[in-house]
Formats: sequence, C-alpha cells, structure tokens
Amino acid sequence: MNLEASVRLRRGSLDLAVDLAVAGGEVVAVLGPNGAGKSTLLRVLAGLLPPDDGRIAVAGAVWDDVPAGIHLPPHRRALGMVFQDALLFPHLTVADNVAFGLRTHGTRRADARAAAGAWLERVGLEGMGNQRPAQLSGGQAQRAALARALVGEPDLLLLDEPLSALDARTRLTVRAELRRHLADFRGGTVLVTHDPVDAMALADRVVVVEQGQVVQAGTPAEVNSRPRTDYVARLAGLSLLSGTGEGRTVRLDGGGVVAVAEEAAGAVFAAVRPESVALYLGRPDGSPRNVWPSRLVGATPHGSTVRCELAGEVPLVADVTATAFAELGLTPGVEVWATVKASEVAVYAR
Amino acid sequence: MTRVRDRASVPVPLLVPAALAVAFLVLPLVGLLMRTPWSSLGPALTAPGVGLALRLSLVTASLATLMSVVLGVPLAWVLARSTARGRSLLRALVTVPLVLPPVVGGVALFLVLGRRGIVGQWLVEAFGITIPFTTAAVVIAEAFVAMPFLVISVEGALRAADARFEDVAATLGADRWTTFRRVTLPLVAPGVAAGAVLCWARALGEFGATITFAGNFPGTTQTMPLAVYLALQSDPEAAIALSLVLLAVSVGTLLLLRGRWLGRAAP
Repeated sequence: MNLEASVRLRRGSLDLAVDLAVAGGEVVAVLGPNGAGKSTLLRVLAGLLPPDDGRIAVAGAVWDDVPAGIHLPPHRRALGMVFQDALLFPHLTVADNVAFGLRTHGTRRADARAAAGAWLERVGLEGMGNQRPAQLSGGQAQRAALARALVGEPDLLLLDEPLSALDARTRLTVRAELRRHLADFRGGTVLVTHDPVDAMALADRVVVVEQGQVVQAGTPAEVNSRPRTDYVARLAGLSLLSGTGEGRTVRLDGGGVVAVAEEAAGAVFAAVRPESVALYLGRPDGSPRNVWPSRLVGATPHGSTVRCELAGEVPLVADVTATAFAELGLTPGVEVWATVKASEVAVYAR
Repeated sequence: MTRVRDRASVPVPLLVPAALAVAFLVLPLVGLLMRTPWSSLGPALTAPGVGLALRLSLVTASLATLMSVVLGVPLAWVLARSTARGRSLLRALVTVPLVLPPVVGGVALFLVLGRRGIVGQWLVEAFGITIPFTTAAVVIAEAFVAMPFLVISVEGALRAADARFEDVAATLGADRWTTFRRVTLPLVAPGVAAGAVLCWARALGEFGATITFAGNFPGTTQTMPLAVYLALQSDPEAAIALSLVLLAVSVGTLLLLRGRWLGRAAP
C-alpha cells in the first residue's frame, strides 16, 4: 500500500473517523456532502492539521503516529496538493510557481526552471511560464497548479475539489486531462469531491464519507448501482428503499410492498432506477406487479427527460420524456400511478 | 462616468459642518503658504541650523522606520498568525503608544533608559553607554511613537492576505520561515510599504517624546519640529520656512500613498 491512514479527529460538531488505504498508482475518491469532513481529512493527510488519534504512513514513511508521538510537519511530507481555487502565488510567474517546490527542496534555479518548463509543456501551458497567474484562465490556473503539485514527484497526491471552481465546459476538458495525468502518476492519489461525476470519471475506488464516517466503499460501479445511503442513492440518481425480504417480495420499512425478481431475505435495500419507473394517469391494465398510487411533488428538467419526484406509500423518482410529460399534462400535485417491473428492482443485503 | 446627479446633493445639516471642517483643515495650510516670505526663503532655508535639523530629522526618521520594520513586521506576524493565548492583551499593550501622549512616552523612556533607569543603569555600568540626550535617543523616541502605526498596518495586511497560500507553500516543502520570506512577505509587501511610509511620516513629526527623552541640542537631537518650535519664539519667518519644508515632505508622503489610499476611491 502506498498510503495507509487511520484518522480520528474531533473538531466542533465534526467527529471524523476514517480509515483509508491507497495503492501506488491508484486513485481513491472521497465523496461526500458539504461538511462531511472530506477536506478536513485531506488537511490531516497533508499535515496541516494534526489528528487527535491515528496513524498515517506513506510509501513506508510514518507521517503521523499519535500513540508514538510522531507528527511530521507538512513541509517534510513528500506530497503534492491541488486546491479548489488553484491558489497560484500571485507574486510569482507561472514558471516560478511550478518550480517553487523544487526550489524549497534545494534544486538549483536553472534545473528547477527546466523541470518547470517541461511540466508546463506536459499540461499544455508551454510558453506561458513568464505570465502572472492573474493572466491565466481558471482552467489554465488549475493545470499549472497540477504541474506545481506533481513536479516534485511526490509519493502522495491530494486533490481538494480540483474541478469545482471551473465552469462546466472547462471542467470537461480539465477532467479528461487530469485523468490522463493521474494514469501516469505512480504514487497514490486521494481525490476529495462532492461531484459524483468527478469520482466516477477519475477514481478506481470510491469512499463515501458522511458526517465524518465511511458509509460505503467500493468501485464506482458498485457504489453507483448499489447505494447504501440516501445521499449516495441521490447522487446515483436512484430511489433507495429499505425493507425486509420475504421471498420474492420486500416489505418496506416505511410501509408498502415491492415485488422483486430474485429471492430476498432479511434486511435488504431495493434500488429503483428513475428510467424504469413508468407513470400513468389511470390505473394501468395488464400485469405489472408493482403499481402504486402516487402524487407528483416536483419536476425538474434533466437532459431530454423530466425528473419527477413522487410522494406516496413508496417514494420514487421517475424520468419521463419531455413529450410524455406534456402529453400526460403532469403538474405538481397531480395524482398518478407509478409502475415498476419486478425485474427492474435491484435487491441487495443491507 | 455614470454618476447619478441626485447622490451629489448633500443635506444642509451635513453640508455646513462639512464645509466648516474643510475650511478648518485647509485654511491654516493656506495661511502658512500666504505668510511664507518667498523672497527670503532661500536664506532662511540655508541658514546653518536648518540644514542640520533637516538632515537629522530625515536620518532619525529613517532609522526609526528601519527599526520599526525590523521589529514591527515580525510582531505583526505574531499578532496576526500565532494562536497563542493573550494575543489580544499583547495587541492592546503594543498599541498603547498610539494613544499615549508622546510626552508621557518620553518620560517613560527616560525612566527605563535614563542613567538611573532599569535598563539604562545597566547599560552605563556594563558598557558605558548612555542613551538620553543623544541621537540614538531621538531614534528610540521616534520609533516608540511610530512603530504601532506600522504594526497595525502590517497586521491588517496579514489578516487580509489569504492564509491558504501559506498552506500551499507548506505542502510544497517550505518551512514556516521560508514561507514567510518567499510567500507571506511578498504578499503583504504593499501593506508593509504603506505602514513604513506612515511610520516614517509620524516619526518625522515627532515632538513630545523627542524633546522629553532626547532634549533639544542642535546637531545631535534638534529635529525639524523642535527647530520650528524654537524658531517661532525668536524668528517667526524662519519658523514658517521650516514649516513649509515639513509640509512639502508631508504632501510628498501623501502622494506616495496616493495609489494605495486615495486611488481606491477613483479606480
């Protein structure tokens, strides 16, 4: 393992308890809502904040060991960090920004400048080394910040919401570039983000943190298809229902019964994709086994579809095409019937 | 310019006192200019004592500013960045000279650094150094009064500066001293410059603490303000000429700071 960390920290209302392991070359995304403690975790890993308890070891070196009284200050950790707002030093040129870490480590000016130039070229900023950070666009600044973090070949790369300050179009291109640079990076990477798309696109593994605790961990596909909390389900765009399996039905904790295609027993989650929910104004004929009366409580455009929030015995989210939405005359408050095929419901143990 | 006309109208209860305030602040300076004996200005300014006093003033004010920067910038950093307890008490103590009557400051300095003072006695016995009534005393008196201006100015700049840049520097391998030199100080350089100019102007005009602690000896401790005061007793025309020099220096200072303070209102 490149990074092995066990972090305990209490700060105000935050009670952070996260164990994290990242292999060399692996990208682990720490995903969570605002205030979950993601950035605090990153600050602890960087050494900017000493943990109350725990141990952090990177590439065989102990960075923090509270029981043993070890705390390596940030400037002695072989790490690179990229912050949300790039935070290029405004009084230095772009090249001097990138060369900064090399200079503090005693690299000679000429060598540092050469290395900085090579990295600027790598991130697509060749010839911009003599500019001031203020002259760069947001995307360019973030590229320079990445070069600055990676030029010293750190053992650990920490990315704190690296894309969230960028506009949507820039974010797409920078995300793709970041993915390429991360693939070349041999150390471990911890990416903190609240954007599931960043996590899915960049990470090999996702660790979901809520209120300072890890609530789910797995590959992006696992987390996406089998969410364990409402927060993750919402990110993945799923309706998450918890209940008890009774053969081919799940009795929901909130009342109501869902028919499923596989045998289920004990405490389970049932997850429903919004596109597998169909809406009707009258009770549909035929044989869908899951039919629930619902009320439309919210509707937001979502690409070419409209995402409909349904309240009722079984709370669901449904995606209907804009055309169907108009033809059915759907408006908030309308009573509808929601149906889901049993085979479209994913069931897994809680 | 899209300035709305309405906003230019000022209510009479505000307009009259405001106009009076302007007159009050500006008229004395106009009076000074009007009474200036322009024809005899040359001889007055080249009189033997004047050059001496002016040079002494410039040298001591500059040394006092240097001393304030060397000691005051680190102090400002401590006040702005350290998390030690008792910081607000420290800040209050440090800024006392700002509100203290300068004469009291002079007396206090005398009690500490005078021949019989706590530190002064030791200096005399150990090194044979006496401070009061020397040029060094002028510098110390000026720094005592002027340093808080610099400290407050720099502390404000440090607080306004984004401390996250210091975090970035740390993650790039810079220890706190390197971070201070290569990141913090350049970021607050305008604040340090403004504080230094303010400090220098205050030191240049220092009167009370200087005359109390350093005395009024031409050539060694008689600075411009002291010379002006003395001249007013015997030779008012010389006093006016000397005042004019100080006014010119002050206006020059203001022009130096214009980009920073006055410039902000009209970008």
